Amino acid sequence: MTEFTPYSALIGGAILGLSGFLLLLLNGRIAGISGIFANLCFNFSKKLNWQICFIIGLIIGPLLTSPFGFSLPQSIDISWPAIIIGGFLVGFGSRMGSGCTSGHGICGIGRLSARSIIATMCFMSSGIITVFVIRHVLGV
Amino acid sequence: MNNIIALVCGVLFGAGLTVAQMVSPNKVLNFLDLAGTWDASLAFVMGGALVIYIITYQLIIKKMKAPVCAQEFALPEQKNVDKRLITGSALFGIGWGISGICPGPAIANLSSGNVKVIVFILAMTLGIFVAQKLANKV
Repeated sequence: MTEFTPYSALIGGAILGLSGFLLLLLNGRIAGISGIFANLCFNFSKKLNWQICFIIGLIIGPLLTSPFGFSLPQSIDISWPAIIIGGFLVGFGSRMGSGCTSGHGICGIGRLSARSIIATMCFMSSGIITVFVIRHVLGV
Repeated sequence: MNNIIALVCGVLFGAGLTVAQMVSPNKVLNFLDLAGTWDASLAFVMGGALVIYIITYQLIIKKMKAPVCAQEFALPEQKNVDKRLITGSALFGIGWGISGICPGPAIANLSSGNVKVIVFILAMTLGIFVAQKLANKV
């Protein structure tokens, strides 16, 4: 069980929207984390200064909210196989599908892109089915 | 200037994920668990983000020819819905449902020093690498 937290969710979400808006307004860039990260790892032909800065910011951000009572989870009780298989599929799928929760789910839908709306419907439904199978069919 | 803006936006993004508790895999898994311990909070995260992004995009960005501090908007050019988009997104969702972690929260969790976060990012990087190798061959 986790507690239903609509207010902090709404405020956190609005901050995400604001971040994406500012990056587009000022730099003309899409705040798609999987794309930024993939470029940083494997695209050596371009200068990647802003991508490095964004990722550094992403790592620092959670440290700044902890004085206000919002911190990172102390421990992650996800099993090792789930971490490894999940991680691989998240990387593979987001690259193949050109985006993840941020790029498609926020920025893409935010621009009313048909591709992103369909992508988000795909990963939401496959995510829901996966959790259903794992928790209620396999009973893990 | 672009770098400072990107840094600030990254900080905001990391802060937003933490306030929204999307950095907690259990929170994400419970959001996806409609038939069990469903926690609708993350729908509000997406709602909050989309309200801001849709309104500002329609009212401000769409009317601009270029961004404030750059030459042009770097928007995705692809318009067609193809197999790669659907298969890739579906696989991404399966990974998300298995682990409760997506790329943003994975990186935002790095400062905790948790080994599981580091291994997740390594596995994710391998996944990206394999997907790129396959894409180059096709």
